[in-house]
Amino acid sequence: MLMMPDPTFYPSAKLAMQAPPERLAYVALLNPKADGRDALAVVDVDTASGTYGSVTGRLDMPNAGDELHHFGWNACSAALCPYAPHPHIERRYLIVPGLRSSRIHIIDTKPDPAQPRIVRVIEPQDLVNRTGYTRPHTTHCGPDDIYMSALGSANGDGPGGIFVMDHYTFDVLGRWEVDRGPQFFAYDFWWHLGYDVMVSSEWGTPNMIEAGLDPNLLLQGKYGHQLHFWDLRRRKHLQSVDLGAEQQMVLELRPSHDPTKAYGFVGVVISLKDLSSSVWVWHREGGTWKVRKVIEIPAEPAEPEQLPEMLKSFSAVPPLVTDIDLSLDDRFLYVSAWGTGEMRQYDVSDPFSPRLVGSVRIGGIAKSTPHPKQPSTPRTGGPQMVEVSRDGHRVYFTNSLYRAWDDQFYHRGLSSWMVKLDVDPNGGIAFDPTFFVEFDGHRAHQVRLQGGDASSDSYCYP
Amino acid sequence: MWVVLFLLGCYHGINPAMGWLFAVALGLQERSTRAVAAAIVPIAIGHIASVAVVVSVALTAAGTFPQPAVRVIAALLLVGFGVYRLVRARHPRWLGMRVGFGGLVLWGFLMASAHGAGLMLLPFVLPASPMAMDASMPMPLAAHGVSAGVEMGVLIVCVHSLGYLLVTTVVAFLVYRRFGLKLLRTAWFNIDLVWAVVLIAAGLIALAT
Repeated sequence: MLMMPDPTFYPSAKLAMQAPPERLAYVALLNPKADGRDALAVVDVDTASGTYGSVTGRLDMPNAGDELHHFGWNACSAALCPYAPHPHIERRYLIVPGLRSSRIHIIDTKPDPAQPRIVRVIEPQDLVNRTGYTRPHTTHCGPDDIYMSALGSANGDGPGGIFVMDHYTFDVLGRWEVDRGPQFFAYDFWWHLGYDVMVSSEWGTPNMIEAGLDPNLLLQGKYGHQLHFWDLRRRKHLQSVDLGAEQQMVLELRPSHDPTKAYGFVGVVISLKDLSSSVWVWHREGGTWKVRKVIEIPAEPAEPEQLPEMLKSFSAVPPLVTDIDLSLDDRFLYVSAWGTGEMRQYDVSDPFSPRLVGSVRIGGIAKSTPHPKQPSTPRTGGPQMVEVSRDGHRVYFTNSLYRAWDDQFYHRGLSSWMVKLDVDPNGGIAFDPTFFVEFDGHRAHQVRLQGGDASSDSYCYP
Repeated sequence: MWVVLFLLGCYHGINPAMGWLFAVALGLQERSTRAVAAAIVPIAIGHIASVAVVVSVALTAAGTFPQPAVRVIAALLLVGFGVYRLVRARHPRWLGMRVGFGGLVLWGFLMASAHGAGLMLLPFVLPASPMAMDASMPMPLAAHGVSAGVEMGVLIVCVHSLGYLLVTTVVAFLVYRRFGLKLLRTAWFNIDLVWAVVLIAAGLIALAT
């Protein structure tokens, strides 16, 4: 309990952009060995430091097989929300779920942020008993609780959904939905706090993804292709919006950071029509929610011998957009094309007509583009989890998606890295040629920046 | 006593959790000064209602049961509530930004009740009850005592509310129009912690007097 509000809490996204630059990044590391333990890495991102751009700490998980993936903070700027204010809580604990094991780790980043420690582990059985859910995925610090999505039920089938945890005790309180309506698949979620609306997206049940992407299910359009809108207060399903069965896997949700705006962006992994990826805008029109495709990234032709079995017959690499991130001023949208190995930057000042203003290439299934630090070394994997600093000047990303899927698409092996981009305030991105982090056999997934980043906090004030 | 009641009203008013912050947020959401004012009214009604309930229960108790017993119970209640808030600070759940007039009244009522806003007044209210002022009053005058108690209760609530409303409104407009949201980061000391200490202190005062 603090005497003044946690200094990393900002009432609005606009004010959060004045935050000082981050000095540490936390990175979820997957151990691809079957009996290996995952870890949380601490990466020095302080340009003034002697160990800049290197792993300075690593916390191993107590068990094997967690598949660390996404994670988040116990508390953030949403604690300033006027209807349930409690700004004297600390942003201190990382909530780190194992996507495969369903085990949730509570990791304390104090007293030494460079040496985090595990303080509590919530075992899978406890999670199932209290919520009926397994495979916890996205976590967000809400105005009143920690919210977390989960992909499925105890037997690996659906429905997946959302559950809540107390941010003081870390007890799992139970499932969030009172009325889930037709929703069955789960993946990501976030909200428009100014409208009391939650949005959720769809991947597939654990049984549909854990052994790898199932081409039969994919070609039949069986993976998720809808968005769901919810009444955040009454915990009720309001509306489903179908992007069309050919739009397979509707993943990352990035609502406007301004709570007075009711629009956001969502990425779609693959279109069955032409293997393209796309980004859609959802928006409110006369009380109902609508979607519109605003970005389409085409597949790139490639020689069959460069491609994994699944793609040989297409002679093309799908872009596989698997993560997107929106800067705090709602101006730049970053789009990871994991298949083709490209990170794109769009100016989305007008959300309905994005302009491509920047692009860098690294890795890619067919191209294996090198990083400027070692310009002759081909790189595997492609841009995946992307995180933007609060001031919008720096972008970090890693290259691993999900163990089984890494092995399918990067069939010749995936060696993990984390890179950093510098952002031109007027648009445009370039690699920091000195920043190239490798992880010693582990695979890096989500990055969280010390003090918060562009996907960690939500705001109740414009 | 009246000055203390007024100042306690001011103290309640300055707490962001008692209303002005919500009013500012709704004003910003609607981008309108009028929305700030429109939110303060129902929140204040809720707050005042909560205080009025506690004050009237206390005055009724003071008129029905022996004075010292009522005072000791009130004091223990205050200390207990203060300690509870000290060790277990909680905030409401399942609320949101899209609330109408009724919702804001309810919110103001719940926040004031959960913070023990009315309880805080008790050490100053109980000595003011007509029963306490004239404990030697003969039985036939009891009816007169009750109506005097009502008048006194109304007066207490009014004085308190005046301080509360004045400060809430001034702070809401100052933050909305002049200081901006940055103030939240620099000026929002842990008033809940101080609040809990004040509750305990009020309980001890009630015990001592």
